[in-house]
Amino acid sequence: MIVADLPEKELARRLAGAGLRLRTGPLVTEIRSRLTKVAEGIALHYSDYPIEASEDFADFHVRLAPPGSVRRWLRPQVTFQFDGAPPFLPLPADQAFPIMEWGLNWCVSSHCHQYLVIHAAVVERSGCALLLPAPPGSGKSTLCAGLVSRGWRLLSDELALIDPLTANITPLPRPISLKNASIDVIRAFSPDAVLGPTVRDTLKGSVAHVKAPADSVLRAAEPARPRWIVLPRYQAGVPARLERLRKGRAFMQLADSAFNYNLHGRNGFEALARVIDASDCYEFAYGDLEEAVGLFDRLATAA
Amino acid sequence: MIVARPNPVSIALRDPRALPRWTFAEWEALIRQARRANLISRLAVLLDERGLLQDVPAAPRAHLRAALVVSQAQAEAVRREVAYVRKALTRIGADIVLLKGAAYLFAALPPARGRVFTDIDILVPASALAEVEAALMLHGWATTHHDPYDQRYYRRWMHELPPLLHVTRETVLDVHHAILPTTARLKPDSAKLLQASQPVAGEPGLRVLAPCDMVLHSATHLFFNEELASGLRDLADLDSLLRHFGGQAEFWQQLTARARELDLARPLYYALRYTRHILATPVPDPALKAAEIGRPPNVLNRLMDALFLRALQPDHPAAADRLTPLARRSLYVRGHWLRMPPLLLAYHLTVKAFRSEKGDAS
Repeated sequence: MIVADLPEKELARRLAGAGLRLRTGPLVTEIRSRLTKVAEGIALHYSDYPIEASEDFADFHVRLAPPGSVRRWLRPQVTFQFDGAPPFLPLPADQAFPIMEWGLNWCVSSHCHQYLVIHAAVVERSGCALLLPAPPGSGKSTLCAGLVSRGWRLLSDELALIDPLTANITPLPRPISLKNASIDVIRAFSPDAVLGPTVRDTLKGSVAHVKAPADSVLRAAEPARPRWIVLPRYQAGVPARLERLRKGRAFMQLADSAFNYNLHGRNGFEALARVIDASDCYEFAYGDLEEAVGLFDRLATAA
Repeated sequence: MIVARPNPVSIALRDPRALPRWTFAEWEALIRQARRANLISRLAVLLDERGLLQDVPAAPRAHLRAALVVSQAQAEAVRREVAYVRKALTRIGADIVLLKGAAYLFAALPPARGRVFTDIDILVPASALAEVEAALMLHGWATTHHDPYDQRYYRRWMHELPPLLHVTRETVLDVHHAILPTTARLKPDSAKLLQASQPVAGEPGLRVLAPCDMVLHSATHLFFNEELASGLRDLADLDSLLRHFGGQAEFWQQLTARARELDLARPLYYALRYTRHILATPVPDPALKAAEIGRPPNVLNRLMDALFLRALQPDHPAAADRLTPLARRSLYVRGHWLRMPPLLLAYHLTVKAFRSEKGDAS
């Protein structure tokens, strides 16, 4: 069964009651919330995702609820709770869906140490994965959303899950988080993309999520091999240009972007070395998304 | 006869062989509670040692593997950090006695396997304290708790320096000169502990407490502490130590004799009582009988059962009943009560109450 099979009322009832057991890639999260914004966000962005039965295993138990204080009537807030304890401070209530997304990322980055977890977007074509590790503001998510809207498969917009033994990347397709100007860039670039409502004044400015393509969700059990590592940098007006990056530097960049490189010791070093060995490494500056996506399409065809 | 309310974590620790047959619902409850109790990696090791890890269904096994990665990394970090501490203290005449997790690790004792490590604790003679602190500061450790009251609290009344934080590695080191506060009612003699301590094979300059003293320190730390959030983890340490040393001839006799000698009969009594009831630790009857000298009066004994059997559950809502919060609060107050004479405690709590908005000292 998938989320779209549940009538709107039933979805809300599950979220408010025993919880919705949502499968994303290898993980099952039990989500509870009475908040309309959460139910609406899930109905929109997660309609293609499998729901697991209550007797199956859930990895994480999360809840989105107002904090229990008088503020709930003055200026409503929302707290993300991980198995009963909130890892972050409450945020304004209209940010319920973004905080759920950040919270789900946190669940993975702070628990799933069976993987080497790297802060990077990952997309795939013909079995070859393109990793985009980059700090916020580099245009990583914009590029990721652009590629995905032109047929690349989404593995993840935020978290590359690398198997330390095989160096394969396990998909964790979830909504792509766009910020500020990128929101309109993607609306214009891909009128078919499904975007949720823009939430203003978050810690990261204005935020809107792009729904993951149904095909990427369907193929979430198919891992991919690393093939390209590209450090993107958006710069207004510059022509799209790939420049070879020395493998040593690419290694350091990847290690720097990892959440848990320090935990994996020698295995982590070797896994990362395998990822680098298997990949062509580039720095990439771009000013126009159309041009950028075209360039990667040619790269994939040549591979 | 007391009955400990079963929770999935203690059931799993008692009988890891049965785990591959657990249902998904049972595994889910286990992972949730073991996560709070810092015991997932311990369970992973118990399964791995029996060759059963592969028989666990893939979804819960992923959590076991992830926890193993963390605990292995922590063990590496502790080894590294102890090497730094030793290097910083080479010029000091005194040997360093490792306590708790670091000691289990360096002495290659079973509780180290799959343990979640936090700070590093060392014991040095009180007479060497100033020299040790100066040498550590020279090598990058800085004191925490800059408030003059906190500094005085630690330096006059406690059994340790204020925790030292390494400025670049951000690791925390606790330097002890005793195992209970100077102001506590029980007065175990640190000189005796240091004297009986044993060298770590292949690690010159490092020592660990003698087996009996190690158990007694672990018991004292658990049952005379005011904070039991990791209570079940600490109880599992004790269980593992007792199972390991319990095979040696004379151990049990020495243990009770040593407890008397060090004024630690009470914590030993609790240790044997609760490891046995919660984790089915095999304690021979004569040892139980001998430990009775530490038994509190009946009323108190029953009260302690009510408190400890709750506080030694994983700190998770599913393992709590309506009295659990009260039990934890009561043990918090008791922990302070045992550390200081009443007037001093009243003074300390008053000071803390007036500055509770600032960071907590103790």
